[in-house]
Amino acid sequence: MSTAIESGLYVFLLASFVGFEVIRRVPPLFHTPLMSLTNAVAGISLVGSLVIAGSDHGVMSTILGTIAVTASTINVVGGFLITDRMLKMFRPRGAAGKGTPAGGAGPSAADWLRARFRKDAAPAATATAQETAR
Amino acid sequence: MNDYIVPLCYLAAGGLFIVGLKGITQPKTARRGLQAAELGMLFAIIGTLVNKEIVDFRWIILAFVVGSAIGALMAVFVPMTAMPQRIALSHAFGALAAGLVGTAEYYNHQPEIGAFTMAAITLEVLLGFLTFTGSLMAFGKLHEILPGRPQVYRGQNVVNLVTLVVAVAAGVWLVVDPSRTYLFPVVAVLAAAFGVMLIIPIGGADMPTVISLLNSYAGLSSVAMGFALDNKALIIAGALDGSAGFLLSVIMCRAMNRSFTNVLFGAFGQVDASAAASGVVEERPVRSASTEEAAMLLETARSVIIVPGYGLAVAQAQHRIRELADVLVRNGAQVRFAIHPVAGRMPGHMNVLLAEADVPYDQILDMDEINADFAQTDVALVVGANDVTNPAAKTNKDSPIYGMPILDVESARTVMVVKRGMKAGFAGVENELYYQDKTLMIFGDAKKVAEGLVHDLEASVHA
Repeated sequence: MSTAIESGLYVFLLASFVGFEVIRRVPPLFHTPLMSLTNAVAGISLVGSLVIAGSDHGVMSTILGTIAVTASTINVVGGFLITDRMLKMFRPRGAAGKGTPAGGAGPSAADWLRARFRKDAAPAATATAQETAR
Repeated sequence: MNDYIVPLCYLAAGGLFIVGLKGITQPKTARRGLQAAELGMLFAIIGTLVNKEIVDFRWIILAFVVGSAIGALMAVFVPMTAMPQRIALSHAFGALAAGLVGTAEYYNHQPEIGAFTMAAITLEVLLGFLTFTGSLMAFGKLHEILPGRPQVYRGQNVVNLVTLVVAVAAGVWLVVDPSRTYLFPVVAVLAAAFGVMLIIPIGGADMPTVISLLNSYAGLSSVAMGFALDNKALIIAGALDGSAGFLLSVIMCRAMNRSFTNVLFGAFGQVDASAAASGVVEERPVRSASTEEAAMLLETARSVIIVPGYGLAVAQAQHRIRELADVLVRNGAQVRFAIHPVAGRMPGHMNVLLAEADVPYDQILDMDEINADFAQTDVALVVGANDVTNPAAKTNKDSPIYGMPILDVESARTVMVVKRGMKAGFAGVENELYYQDKTLMIFGDAKKVAEGLVHDLEASVHA
């Protein structure tokens, strides 16, 4: 067995264990963001796709590579943006109103775009008496 | 110089992906984790682009632009209720990329491919195309382009198994002799066909498990690509993806009391078939109530637990339910949400919808956290959930859902069930809960009922 294969198998083994241990601690609250984050990370197939699309192996190879790069880029860009959009919605009690999400940071370009194009969404945030009545 | 930059970029990428996932274990660090993962991806892309093998950037730039535009538009405009579909679609994209890369790798290098690399390519193509078509099928079912009911026929498992075995056998033969190019399309096509056949017998309520499983397969195809290309960043990212999917499917299985082998071999739908056969429908009296009557009870309630299910997502009722919760809190009641692990169509579906409606996450509790509290609760308000509240899971050994952990709503003093009609839930089982004396049925669309309850509650509070 070549050293490349051997070290690859070690990396796989260790990364799987690390993955299990880390992901086990993700609360059910974040299971959907977790999935969408791993989707974005799975866009790592870009690495393989780029080489196929850019190296000169003939038309067929370039076409397959270009489709693969497009598909992976959709995952990377879409996955990260949508995870961010989701995480921004999670807030603890007391941190009332929009714009104070888990982790901080202000409105993003995506927010701005959404506000511009989707007037029907987001009914008025009435995060008022939530706390007072307790 | 490049000899150092490239591997170090990949090393940084692998490390940052792990840091990113670690971040998402806590609300406080979640977004920082996301940024770490983004940075990792940037490193991986830079590391790849400086690769000497890449000589032509025109197509890459085109694909970047198109892919970014589609990805960004989807991310901005997809409503939260459509999140399961989007996740399924992105599994499909990731797997398609893996399948295509594997295909190109094979045709570019055959027949001089080492056995190990060939095995990795075969696995990559098998898993890639299987996950691609499977995820598209899941997308179709979730988006209701395809019928969501499980489609079962005689000998289904045999047909599926034979397809898979033939695909794997062709793959093994290809590893032994990579020059047999005619075998490659056989592997790819059979894998794609198997992906379709795997999802046909699966119904909507099993989607949380299936989506997780497809997540895992997509990750493993990335791992196989990593072995084929000898790229450690791919192996790490794929392994993380694979273990996330695997863990989530185990959690989902446990929440439905299914064995993991049952899921792995695609034997879904059987439980439902037997349940449908034995489901004798009989007319029994239930107590149904108007929103006014329910509002009067809610007004006097000191503690309310809301149990959301898929019906809430279908009716897009999350904002109205949140308003209802606000009114109840203003009226002095303690309001909490109880979430069953498989509520909805993907892991964590209800949490995302409630977060979108601006419900604070510490008001939302998991089954284990809240089950003991139902006994001290005045009203349990079940909105569009059915099987996850069925006491038969605890008492009736013959029930197909026997042994499934459920939300203990029947111990609450009063149970209110918002439901469109008396139709049985996904498992096709009657819910004993509906016939109990303490249960009030409020028939109607979840959104309309919530609106009505808010209106009537406000009227009686002000009166």
